[in-house]
Amino acid sequence: MKPFTSSLLIVALLTSQTTLAEEVQVAVAANFNAPMEQIAAGFEQATGHRALLSFGATGKLYAQIKNGAPFEVFLAADGRTPARLEEEGDAVKGSRFTYAIGKLVLWSSDEGLVDGQGTVLKAHDIRHVAIANPKTAPYGAAAIETLTRLDLLEVIEPKLVTGENITQAHQFVATGNAEVGFVALSQVMRDGELTAGSSWQIPSDLYQEIRQDAVILTRGGANPAARALVDYLRSEQAAAVIRSFGYGL
Amino acid sequence: MPAQVDFAAARLTLELATITTLVLLVVGTPIAWWLARTRSRWKGIVGAVVALPLVLPPSVLGFYLLVTMGPNGPVGQLTQWLGIGLLPFTFAGLVVGSVLYSMPFVVQPLQNAFEAIGERPLEVAATLRASPWDSFFTVVVPLARPGFVTAAILGFAHTVGEFGVVLMIGGNIPEQTRVVSVAIYDHVEALEYAEAHVLAAAMLIFSFLVLLTLYSRNTRVWR
Repeated sequence: MKPFTSSLLIVALLTSQTTLAEEVQVAVAANFNAPMEQIAAGFEQATGHRALLSFGATGKLYAQIKNGAPFEVFLAADGRTPARLEEEGDAVKGSRFTYAIGKLVLWSSDEGLVDGQGTVLKAHDIRHVAIANPKTAPYGAAAIETLTRLDLLEVIEPKLVTGENITQAHQFVATGNAEVGFVALSQVMRDGELTAGSSWQIPSDLYQEIRQDAVILTRGGANPAARALVDYLRSEQAAAVIRSFGYGL
Repeated sequence: MPAQVDFAAARLTLELATITTLVLLVVGTPIAWWLARTRSRWKGIVGAVVALPLVLPPSVLGFYLLVTMGPNGPVGQLTQWLGIGLLPFTFAGLVVGSVLYSMPFVVQPLQNAFEAIGERPLEVAATLRASPWDSFFTVVVPLARPGFVTAAILGFAHTVGEFGVVLMIGGNIPEQTRVVSVAIYDHVEALEYAEAHVLAAAMLIFSFLVLLTLYSRNTRVWR
């Protein structure tokens, strides 16, 4: 085939694809990184649409959306931020729903370090405790709340190292630079099992429930792929993935 | 008004840049001297390694530092064995990262200055029975003074402007690792634009003044 004809064919193929399949730009809270990669793959297979994922701390993504970021769907790590966007007219009214309930966990990459009560927090030889930035990341705020309720905030505060988002907090612990850290259960769990190290799942009465809400943003209001993604998030296939990472539903 | 923590961040940044610059002048001078004088086949390799931070993304440097200085990394095991402890999340760790990151900005101006001096003044000094150390401090250093000034200014300014490496190995601890660039990032992320503006404007003015000094001096007195 001549190069010109073949390139015409490629153009034809590409354009015919895009008439059926749309792309949707999705802002995703960092704790939902791994499950969302799986869900997006399933979504692409089931619908032919493509989801382009950007990850970050919820507060940071909010700031980006307020400043004109081209996101069409937002999967936050709390309920407050999507509600605020809805009130401020940046999200489609009535499109908000809870897609997962997050679990906070104290984790160490060392297998013997964290016991079932989190006594490690009182140990003197712990030098660094990693958390996500409490100002922008709901899991970071939940960690501070937990420490406050345990009456340990004053002791732990000088030991805190703050990741820009929950992924960085996890990275500090995974590389062993922080002995322990507060991370999302979904980061250390696959198919109901802890992937490495030791952990203490924080009792739910120590921090306010992390209801993670999704919302269609105004920019995505007219994009059928945005609606399709939100529908897919509520499907049985997506729910199975979400549960396998330790989230409640 | 800027908050107390922002003053702390500014002071920390200046401390970090000052110490880094001093370390770099001590470490960078022999490297630059060797690079300027040697005919070794290692010259190309050493020159390339020194220049690497110019092209590498800070995330690459930050990632490698986090891993090698961590408890399982070779540097981390060495520092633990020496009784220093681990470097990530400490001021000392930031100095190590900054020295690597700003190295080319100090070594290259010095190397250029040394090369410009040439062999002749040293040969003359040798015939006057000056020892190599003598001739280095009494002949080379005065002749290379503009090179030292450029190196110091660039090393200092580049460390002040550092962000990615600090973000990755610093842990954002007030008065220890939260430098101005990280504090600004924090404010912007949290939509605290007023605080961000104060710090950002200060950085802009500072950086401009530093560069103004650097670029004006070539045309005037300093030489």
